[in-house]
Amino acid sequence: MTEPRDYTANEYLAILAARQLKDGQVVFAGVGIPLLAATLAQRLDCPNLTILFEGGVVGALVEPGKLPPSTNDQRCTKSANMVLGSAEVLLLMQRGYVDVGFMGGAQIDQYGNLNSSFIGDSTNPSVRLPGSGGGNDIASLTRMIVAMKHEKRRFVEEVDFITSPGFLQGGESRRDSGLLSGGMYRVVTDLAILGFHEQTRRIEVLSLNPGVSREKLQDNTGIRLDFSPELSETPAPTQRELAELRTVDPERLFTD
Amino acid sequence: MSEGQVESYDRLRERMAQRDRSLREKVMTLEDAVALVPDGASVGIGGSTMSRTPMALIWELIRQRRRGLTCSRCIVSTDGDLLLGSGVSDHIITSWFAQGILWGLSKVMRHRVEGLGKIYEEWSHMAIGMRFRAGGMGVPFMPMRSMLGSDLVPLRPETKQIDCPFTGEKLLLVPALNPDVALIHVQRADPFGNAQIDGLQFMDIDLALAADSVILTTERIVSNDQIRREPHLTKIPFLSVDAVVEVPYGAAPHECYGQYEPMMGHLNAYVEQVNADPVDGFERYLDEYVHGCESWNDFLAKIGLHEIVGATQHGRSIYND
Repeated sequence: MTEPRDYTANEYLAILAARQLKDGQVVFAGVGIPLLAATLAQRLDCPNLTILFEGGVVGALVEPGKLPPSTNDQRCTKSANMVLGSAEVLLLMQRGYVDVGFMGGAQIDQYGNLNSSFIGDSTNPSVRLPGSGGGNDIASLTRMIVAMKHEKRRFVEEVDFITSPGFLQGGESRRDSGLLSGGMYRVVTDLAILGFHEQTRRIEVLSLNPGVSREKLQDNTGIRLDFSPELSETPAPTQRELAELRTVDPERLFTD
Repeated sequence: MSEGQVESYDRLRERMAQRDRSLREKVMTLEDAVALVPDGASVGIGGSTMSRTPMALIWELIRQRRRGLTCSRCIVSTDGDLLLGSGVSDHIITSWFAQGILWGLSKVMRHRVEGLGKIYEEWSHMAIGMRFRAGGMGVPFMPMRSMLGSDLVPLRPETKQIDCPFTGEKLLLVPALNPDVALIHVQRADPFGNAQIDGLQFMDIDLALAADSVILTTERIVSNDQIRREPHLTKIPFLSVDAVVEVPYGAAPHECYGQYEPMMGHLNAYVEQVNADPVDGFERYLDEYVHGCESWNDFLAKIGLHEIVGATQHGRSIYND
């Protein structure tokens, strides 16, 4: 970005991600930016947001300055409504209790499929990535918001491996595969906010972050981009959002 | 049992019938408990990520130079490094394998899996849970609605896709997982194996019921009378437990709910050393912190008093208002 800013790309990412949530929703959040953004949303405009973590936490209320190092650590449970087993909390998604899934992404393709398993061929990978964790379950069973860094190598026409399903090959293919609920809703990045076309289910740009042109976004994306007819500019972070974010993560554990 | 195959119900019941499920004392030393795990066994591991990892048992498996274990756990972190890197295990069944979200990819895992043919068998998190649950229920599989459509299905030929006989909907069946041995660390247990788990229980109850034997380590051994005063706190029944070992700080350097948080100084130093050199750096870690210790307490002493007290302060603070 050309103009000077007083916030980091990851701070903006966390704020943009927080804005996607609505008060009253039930959200299943992964660690890192999603956990941070859900906590931020709770403290800003969504006091009745219910946060679930895969460690087995229902209705989390993460303490500012005490962010958990994973969603399976005791800090996740402090002031929560309930602790369950991990299978039980994942099954809440299958039963349909969860509105939104909220995750980070390593590699994404034109239909919102995510890869966190292999770079290269799965039988002889050049990099063995950490894998699904709860990612596949969240992507299979909820409407998904993905927060990720916008880099050309992370946005590819086709992922090497579908760990967590988006709309698979587009159109009706997700439903045809047996995934009857959920699907990709938003991809939030430090450059833009993206959604998916109603029929084709292909990724499309909904708004450009301040100072980002169509050309710049395309240059940083390995997918040929479609732009929504209602393309807008994403509002910059407000002082209120930044102040609250820095209260939640004063050590910049996830926002450096 | 060969991998990916489901044990027949006859075999499952036969193994159960051979177990002594009586109310009896099972307290033993760490060395004797680990001696119950044979080479080549399938081993389920309790806790998740950096929480309630049965680390003293893993540490002792490395010291006894156990080989050929197939290890399963819902999510694996530095414990996976230790099992795979030490040669104790050449096959890890899990949903996520890195050192921890703060550090990124495990170079120890990458080196062994990408270059040396060791196996990281990936499932979704819920699939691991459903596999232990089926095992614990005594049924050969559980149906589920995730993993469908993804490349995890072709990656895992052990799964079966069916059309539901009631609704016609597509479902994925995942096979039961009945490990030979489960290793589980808890906050309190009595000498018979009645175990109390504070806070997050992860998949430990299903795992304990699924396994053909259970080795417990516990922060404290308490009396059976104490257990009987609050039976609603018992999460794992003595029936399923075969060995009980009292190991204070038995999950270090990982956390144990309400007792201590992860010992981040030790873990940061570990990650820095092994990622700089995933072969020699890792060997040096084992030499210093596993083989080079007289006892588990000696290992704790090497982690250091300051770090342990700090982690304990954080751990206990979960109960503060």
